[in-house]
Amino acid sequence: MKKKNRLQLDDNGKLKHFLTIEGLNRQLLIDILDTAESFTSVTEQTVKKVPLLRGKTIVNLFFEASTRTRTTFELAAKRLSADVLNINIQASATAKGETLLDTLRNLEAMHCDMFVVRHADSGAAHFIAQHVAPHISVINAGDGQHAHPTQAMLDMFTIRREKGEFHKLNVAIVGDIRHSRVARSQIHALSMLGVEDIRIIAPKTLVPTEPDAFGVHVYHDLREGLRDVDVVIMLRLQKERMRGASLPSEHEYFQLFGLTEEKLELAKADVTVMHPGPINRGVEIDSAVADGPRSVILQQVTHGIAVRMAVMSMAMQSHLPDTTGGAR
Amino acid sequence: MKIEIRNGRIIDPANQLDGVQSLFIADGKIVAIGTAPAAFNADSIIDASGQIVCPGLVDLRAHLREPGEEHKGTIASETRAAARGGITTLCCPPNTHPVIDTPAVAELVQRHADAAGFARVLPLGALTQGLAGSAITEMHALKTAGCVGVSNAMQPLGSTLILRRAMEYAATHGLTVFIHAEEAALANNGCVHEGAVGSRLGLPGIPIAAETVAVAATLALVEETGARVHFPMLSSKRALQKIARAKYDGQPVSCDVSAHHLHLTEIDLLGFNSQCHVRPPLRTQRDMEGLRKGVANGTVAAICSDHQPHEADAKLAPFSATEAGISALETLLPLALRVVDDGVLSMTQMIASLTDQPATILGVEAGTLSPGRQADICIFDPERYWTLDSNSMLSRGHNTPFLNWEMKGEVTRTLLGGKTVYERT
Repeated sequence: MKKKNRLQLDDNGKLKHFLTIEGLNRQLLIDILDTAESFTSVTEQTVKKVPLLRGKTIVNLFFEASTRTRTTFELAAKRLSADVLNINIQASATAKGETLLDTLRNLEAMHCDMFVVRHADSGAAHFIAQHVAPHISVINAGDGQHAHPTQAMLDMFTIRREKGEFHKLNVAIVGDIRHSRVARSQIHALSMLGVEDIRIIAPKTLVPTEPDAFGVHVYHDLREGLRDVDVVIMLRLQKERMRGASLPSEHEYFQLFGLTEEKLELAKADVTVMHPGPINRGVEIDSAVADGPRSVILQQVTHGIAVRMAVMSMAMQSHLPDTTGGAR
Repeated sequence: MKIEIRNGRIIDPANQLDGVQSLFIADGKIVAIGTAPAAFNADSIIDASGQIVCPGLVDLRAHLREPGEEHKGTIASETRAAARGGITTLCCPPNTHPVIDTPAVAELVQRHADAAGFARVLPLGALTQGLAGSAITEMHALKTAGCVGVSNAMQPLGSTLILRRAMEYAATHGLTVFIHAEEAALANNGCVHEGAVGSRLGLPGIPIAAETVAVAATLALVEETGARVHFPMLSSKRALQKIARAKYDGQPVSCDVSAHHLHLTEIDLLGFNSQCHVRPPLRTQRDMEGLRKGVANGTVAAICSDHQPHEADAKLAPFSATEAGISALETLLPLALRVVDDGVLSMTQMIASLTDQPATILGVEAGTLSPGRQADICIFDPERYWTLDSNSMLSRGHNTPFLNWEMKGEVTRTLLGGKTVYERT
């Protein structure tokens, strides 16, 4: 764990790379949320820009398809006045046999300052952070089934806005937790921020191995798991899971684990419904709930920009000359 | 040429020897221990004061990469590393390119090993042609060409019917079948132990059931066919329990474990350490302790290196995209000695698991100091501390999670057929 800590933080304990929630600390997460809060006003101005990262070049390095995450990272970077380069590697060099390391070396040679990386392999962002030149920051935009820390932080931001405090909350995550990098990061963030009752609700085929290691309570019955929760986070069910041996059909899944108004009655009256998107209506969530008054699904998207601005500016700050008069 | 090794503590588990005495070599063979034969005038005297003199080590599993992957290692480079590790006999799996499924490739491997002259190399022949898992090989021809057993390396077989037929045919020719216990469907392209650490890291897991299901299915076919089966590199306590039961029932089965599985667990993967990417995967602390206990109680017959040298690039990628394996010849003995230091094995048990016991599995005359045998000898200083650094490694592969570990016990000299093939400088 210490190793991760060293990789993500600089000598002054400031964020250098943002790879996973694990190994960070509560105060740092709160700093991210507070910084994001300060950026929300930027998005509401007529001129939606601050000059914090002017002259910096940020590369969106996407080895796996994404619309929402890439777009919000791009918007966040532009609102910080950085130059943004979008590189879609599926159609690029690695397909021609270039190694990941060679791709990185080439981008480094173009004097980029930050890589925002999405990759299908768990640990890819970690690997890149270990091998980039020291002046480059790496932000993990999702690696395999490992982590998606900015998604988790925008979810935390949304929860804090809705609920205020974390420590008294009951939070349930429903769906394919086993294969979800989002769920892993959410669980670490919730627990670091003080949520004591974190529930995961799924059939055994979608529960991760050794859930105890995550400090969560496991439910296989949605109704039972939803009882008295303050926040319910629905996960997207990947279509490919439907064709394997994990689930028999969309119909049975929706019947047992799909969120409907009727099941939601079991939760607290002021329950907040979240979803990282894109949603499968009628598979994991009923339209009436997704579009209903308790849903904050679209707010999550809006918050994604402020949170990504916060993470990018904080990570880039660690590379600026030290103004506190410390070493070097 | 007559050689006397004197003042060393001679440990030869097969002959129940343990004591300071002299060992006499003439014309590449051991001629006596203790008292010199009549009219023995040594041409050369090796002083082994403070050292242990034991049979040259026998490694049941070392990938030499030749033919086909010489950028990772050659028979010459890797057998030289073996000599540094005190290993004089190595068994190499058939997954070379081309595969060892014809006498020509089996002979080529042995010829190149003879030419290099650092160690005896005994190939395993492929169980199926091209390791493709469907048609069995010419096992009689492979045996005649020097193969000491047959194996499908890490490749899956098409069905349990093919396994059954292959076992029957191997048994016809008295060949031991080496079975990698990994049920491919359950392994499901995983790369780490399916457990708490893999789950946290989001890496695809290989459950213990992938190993136990394969062991159980194979054991059922041993009962059916009577074939002799060896399971290399078991990784779980539960698999060992099945082996222990089968041995108790008198089945002709044996197994080994790798030295790294006796020291590392899934915890070592944290930080996505690709040097710990091995197959079978590193499992839990409980499994590691179970494997150690298995060596101590005799369920596990041997400790192997599972040497797999790689070029640096093979480990430079996101974890699941890296190649599995450790360059392990030069750390086999010190890692085994560490288990002795931990109080799990006696020195004699440890040496037996690296000499006589693996030699018995291979059915070859090696691993003992009996008079008349080839003078394959390992002399090591059990108290000497040294640090593993990549510059001093003789293997072409420097891929090891043990870099910068302080090792205790170092080989000072290795003799092959009475000839010094390694001497520490």
